Amino acid sequence: MVTIDDYGEYETAWCPGCGNFSILKAVKQALVASRLEPHQVLFVSGIGQAAKAPHYLNANVFNGLHGRSLPVATGAKLANPKLAVIVESGDGCNYGEGGNHFLAAIRRNIDVTLLVHNNQVYGLTKGQASPTTAEGFVTKAQPEGVFSMPFNPIAVAVAMHAGFVARGFSGMIDHLSNLIQQGIAHRGLALIDVLQPCVSFNKVNTFAWYKERCEPLPPEYNPTDWQSAMKIACEWGDKIPIGIIYRNDRIAFEEHFPVLAQGPLVEQDVDGAMLKEIIEAYV
Amino acid sequence: MPESTMNILIGGEAGQGLVTLGQLLAKSLVRSGYFIAVTQGYQSRIRGGHNTFAIRVGLDEVIAPLESLDLLVALDEDTATLHQRELSADGLVVIDRAFDVDADSFLKVPFKELAHGRFSNIAALGVVGSLLGLDDALMAKTLDDFFGKKKAHLAAENRRALKAAVEWTAAHSTAWCKLPAVSNPARRFMMNGNEAIALGAISAGLKFYAFYPMTPSTSVSVNLATHAKRMGLVVEQAEDEIAAINMAIGASFAGAPSMVGTSGGGFALMVEGISLAAMTETPVVVVVAQRPGPATGLPTRTEQADLELVLYAGHGEFPRAIFAPATVEECFHLTRKAFELAERFQTPIFLLTDQFLADSYRTVRPFDVENLSPVHVGAHAPESSPYLRFAITESGISLRLLPGMSEHLVVADSDEHTEDGHITEDLSIRTQMVEKRLRKEGWIGSLVVPPEMQGDEVPDLLLVSWGSSKGAVEETAWRLRSAKQRVATLHFSQVWPLRPEEFMRHLESARQVVSVEGNALGQLSRLIRRETGFEIKKQVLRYDGLPLTPESILRELNYGNH
Repeated sequence: MVTIDDYGEYETAWCPGCGNFSILKAVKQALVASRLEPHQVLFVSGIGQAAKAPHYLNANVFNGLHGRSLPVATGAKLANPKLAVIVESGDGCNYGEGGNHFLAAIRRNIDVTLLVHNNQVYGLTKGQASPTTAEGFVTKAQPEGVFSMPFNPIAVAVAMHAGFVARGFSGMIDHLSNLIQQGIAHRGLALIDVLQPCVSFNKVNTFAWYKERCEPLPPEYNPTDWQSAMKIACEWGDKIPIGIIYRNDRIAFEEHFPVLAQGPLVEQDVDGAMLKEIIEAYV
Repeated sequence: MPESTMNILIGGEAGQGLVTLGQLLAKSLVRSGYFIAVTQGYQSRIRGGHNTFAIRVGLDEVIAPLESLDLLVALDEDTATLHQRELSADGLVVIDRAFDVDADSFLKVPFKELAHGRFSNIAALGVVGSLLGLDDALMAKTLDDFFGKKKAHLAAENRRALKAAVEWTAAHSTAWCKLPAVSNPARRFMMNGNEAIALGAISAGLKFYAFYPMTPSTSVSVNLATHAKRMGLVVEQAEDEIAAINMAIGASFAGAPSMVGTSGGGFALMVEGISLAAMTETPVVVVVAQRPGPATGLPTRTEQADLELVLYAGHGEFPRAIFAPATVEECFHLTRKAFELAERFQTPIFLLTDQFLADSYRTVRPFDVENLSPVHVGAHAPESSPYLRFAITESGISLRLLPGMSEHLVVADSDEHTEDGHITEDLSIRTQMVEKRLRKEGWIGSLVVPPEMQGDEVPDLLLVSWGSSKGAVEETAWRLRSAKQRVATLHFSQVWPLRPEEFMRHLESARQVVSVEGNALGQLSRLIRRETGFEIKKQVLRYDGLPLTPESILRELNYGNH
């Protein structure tokens, strides 16, 4: 029986008080609740403070390039569909540099859990605006305030009929852990956008700011109703809804490939007789 | 025996069925026992314009394209006007009687009487095949095989058009010389460079391929997609080239032998991913089919100007190998070798080809498919723990386990990392890891495909070439030798790493060395000079978008017509 100790405890490079600590804890709880052994899990991350998270637990890890974790995760899942593949990276990585991959992953509906640490700022490069930073937010790189409108990942994902769309808050660990567990169990792309404070560079969207606003969706909320999900997805202000906002049962991308029903590609031999037949057709 | 070849050019607008006609004629020639080399010239458009499909045919291996034409098949008036001056003394033009152009050497065919408009390319096959002396039953069978049995009504129309054309030609053609007949033709393939790359990759164990469409690499992708279901491959069109290379890296990390195919601009987008493959020591094979740049350049033409791009692609220092196949056979075998090296050395390996070779159908002797083994992926899990993915070894190669295939955890990082794969900023580990990765380069260097020297050991003239220019250069040398000149050739089918001990004596013993390349800067010459200090002073360079030909090389060498 897998326990939280199997996932280990490591020293981190994060600032004291960072929201990442709570997210890491919620992830470990979700993995244990999902009864996954460390070797059955592959974390893929990009670059940023959030992307370091997979180094601080026991699992298979591919820590790739900034913005490119979804394509790596897609390739890995298509090579070995038995792996539980989790992408863990920040708002800049997934919504900025990797924006095109975000859209494509939703369209494919690859069975990957996409965990986005969203603190509305670039932390590792010291406080520039991210795609989710509010308009007017002043940084050293945007001294006149941010001119662009913030990206709403939840609304975009719901608009595109993503398979599973949720929002969590790092200050509510058990709630978040449950979302991650359900995201892992979902067959298809599961987006979990996690709001978290950046104690060093975001003095506006603080822990208290989020705590005051984040409010779990009521139990009677029906996440399979796309139109009400679109409405909830656009709510952002004094009240920020958290929970599973939308879900459907679109077929997972890898299920389109009959060969993957037989397991990992590495275990499948080259069919020499078939290859010979194919080559002979060139005569 | 280049002298005894015949050169046929079919020209017309896109959308006239010109490529279909070319492929059918080429296949009929191969099945009749001839060797062919095809050169395709097309424009970046779907309809209209001026496209060409040239087939050089002979009794022995045809190694290069030629400019001088023996038979011009003009599907439109422009073709006749544009290419008449390339016609040899005994050359013939086959043209629709309805066209308003004239000359003595024209065979004017009433295509409208022979077939309905959409079948006129099949009628042209009948005329040209008959002129060359091809067996009409063989052409009819080739036609049936090509279109398959699915479209029975089309097959009947096609056969009718072919028959009418064959009969018309028998009744009307002048005494134009047929090809010498081949008795008992051997079984051979008709295959182009991209098809051979796709098949070579499958035979080597390819399981995952990602791409974004880009001419002239796209047919590698389409071929793999065609065979994917039957061969159990996952082929995915990515949202962009950046995704394609990263997907291939993810799939390879998880155990699937992986490849990407692209051309210059798409490869430029992949460059950061190349560096990632090297840092995470993930095997990946990268096909770069060159076309003229910079930027979008001439999208459908050929060039050899991305050697330096591929050689230097990726930030930081890491080992790589670059193969530059010269022939369709080499496309097949060097792709297999690329997979072997990628898996063994856990680093990106490149195939540098070009539009000319990608689209050039050739007569290919059958491969010994039964004896081609696929690569062995990954290693067996060690008993001992902990497992160190990047264990520092004497060879630089570490045991590669696959995530999820044992209880050992596999950790890889694009950051500098410790032996167990985790991020580190320990500078002494950094130094050791750089040296570990670069130790693999020495091993790769010991396995290079040596350059091929042909001709006099102490020549007056040594012609140096790489990649698809080999045939044109060798035929040039053959012609000059026929004129009693002491000429040799030195050809590179692998352009990195270079092993000077394998070619320096040839460069130093020749009275004059000339490099022949399809680019404007002489990129191989520059690389040889960088690596050896030897300066190749004279260069024959072509960068107008067309492949090198014996005629173009001889003109540049100031030998005129040989």
